[in-house]
Amino acid sequence: MSMKKLLKDGPKVINMGMEQFYIDLKAREVPAVRVDWKPPLADRELLGKLKKLRGGNFV
Amino acid sequence: MFDIEKANQTAFERLQKAEPHIVDLGIACEVIPGMEKNTILHAGPPIDLERMSGPMMGAVTGAVIYEGWADTPHKAIEYLKEKNLAFDPCHHHSAVGPMAGIISPGMPVWIVEDGSSGKRSYATLNEGLGKVLRMGAFDQEVIERLHWMREVLFPVLKAGVERYVEENGGINLKSLISQALHMGDELHNRNRAATSLFIRSLVPYLVESSTDNTSLAKVIRFMAGNDHFFLNPGMAAAKVSLDGVGSVEGSTMVTVMARNGTDFGIQIAGLERRWFTCQAALPDVLLFPGFTRADVNRDIGDSAIMETYGVGGFALAAAPAIVQFVGGTPQDAINYTREMYEICLGENRNFTIPSLNFRGTPTGIDLIKVVETGITPILDTGAAHREAGRGQVGAGIVRMPSEAFVSAATAFTDRYL
Repeated sequence: MSMKKLLKDGPKVINMGMEQFYIDLKAREVPAVRVDWKPPLADRELLGKLKKLRGGNFV
Repeated sequence: MFDIEKANQTAFERLQKAEPHIVDLGIACEVIPGMEKNTILHAGPPIDLERMSGPMMGAVTGAVIYEGWADTPHKAIEYLKEKNLAFDPCHHHSAVGPMAGIISPGMPVWIVEDGSSGKRSYATLNEGLGKVLRMGAFDQEVIERLHWMREVLFPVLKAGVERYVEENGGINLKSLISQALHMGDELHNRNRAATSLFIRSLVPYLVESSTDNTSLAKVIRFMAGNDHFFLNPGMAAAKVSLDGVGSVEGSTMVTVMARNGTDFGIQIAGLERRWFTCQAALPDVLLFPGFTRADVNRDIGDSAIMETYGVGGFALAAAPAIVQFVGGTPQDAINYTREMYEICLGENRNFTIPSLNFRGTPTGIDLIKVVETGITPILDTGAAHREAGRGQVGAGIVRMPSEAFVSAATAFTDRYL
């Protein structure tokens, strides 16, 4: 989306993480969808080891 | 390399097969394995007297007075400082206790047996809400109630349970829990249906075995006046079922979650009985009138065994009325349950949720799923005042802290990779 089009039509938002951003946008009638997602608890090294233990399949 | 999926299937199936029944009642030091006359059991992972939170110190103080080792709170504290007592987690003795979870040698306990594994578990009798020992209160009213529970409640219940067992072979707790989930309980913070069903099962046998109508009437009134009366045997059912899972090489299933008011701890089926701990969460709860957030102690109690078992916060969708007590909306309750499916190994075959088209409750927390999704388990729990002697301040939803799961996952990869 070009800047010009964004300013003309307004944003269409996909929200991940902090729900408050989504709530504020909805309150201002901005088109938005929320994806319920949290970052993993572990760092890449531990996630890699867990993936290996699982046989390569992430949840 | 171990087949984690197969190991988890084994652990999950063992949990599903458990058949917890109340088989008797007894006095703690006479029936709990490894409990001596100077042992005090407490909730959560191991903790020294010096690090105990206010409510746990309050409950220990009350237990010293209850046992007759001191007759005032001041003398009880002096007695404790002389280090005459041995402290140990309930979980090290096949026992569980809500909130402070204090079990002293002379306290009466439920004895629950798993018909599948033959193992036993133990839990005290529930005192009710408000100013009670498990919330850290220890005034005269609390101690008198505990003495009444030992002198009157315990023998009446024991006689009734013995009569019940004689005729039926044990009170089937799995069946009671299953029915209560269909009647609006989630079995951690709402036990109204389970308590009612429990009383209905037991009363004929209490009547048949009682020789004193006045005591019997008081016992029935006490049980009927306490919606949480079923919580403790329910927790013992969960404990014995999860103990039945035992050690399963290569399994990432969480078999214990517990808090002592200072630390939160978990155990994993594939990592023997090792504790992984971190600081306990500070619950953001709905407060009783007159209390503020500053009054709330860190999360406390073995009652997280209910979520580990696949009910409690994990079954919130079954209990829309609970939101009046813990905050939120019925839709929030459904959302919490749906979220917990993300971190569990399976759906319970015995415990189902009517509002989710009788879908099984999310059961068997998977350590790896918790770490990979970033979703930690939620509990709906009571909250105690941070100062000893004050009692309960509220109830609400609390999310378990992540660090213990990360430590356990690291240990798991060290052990198996």
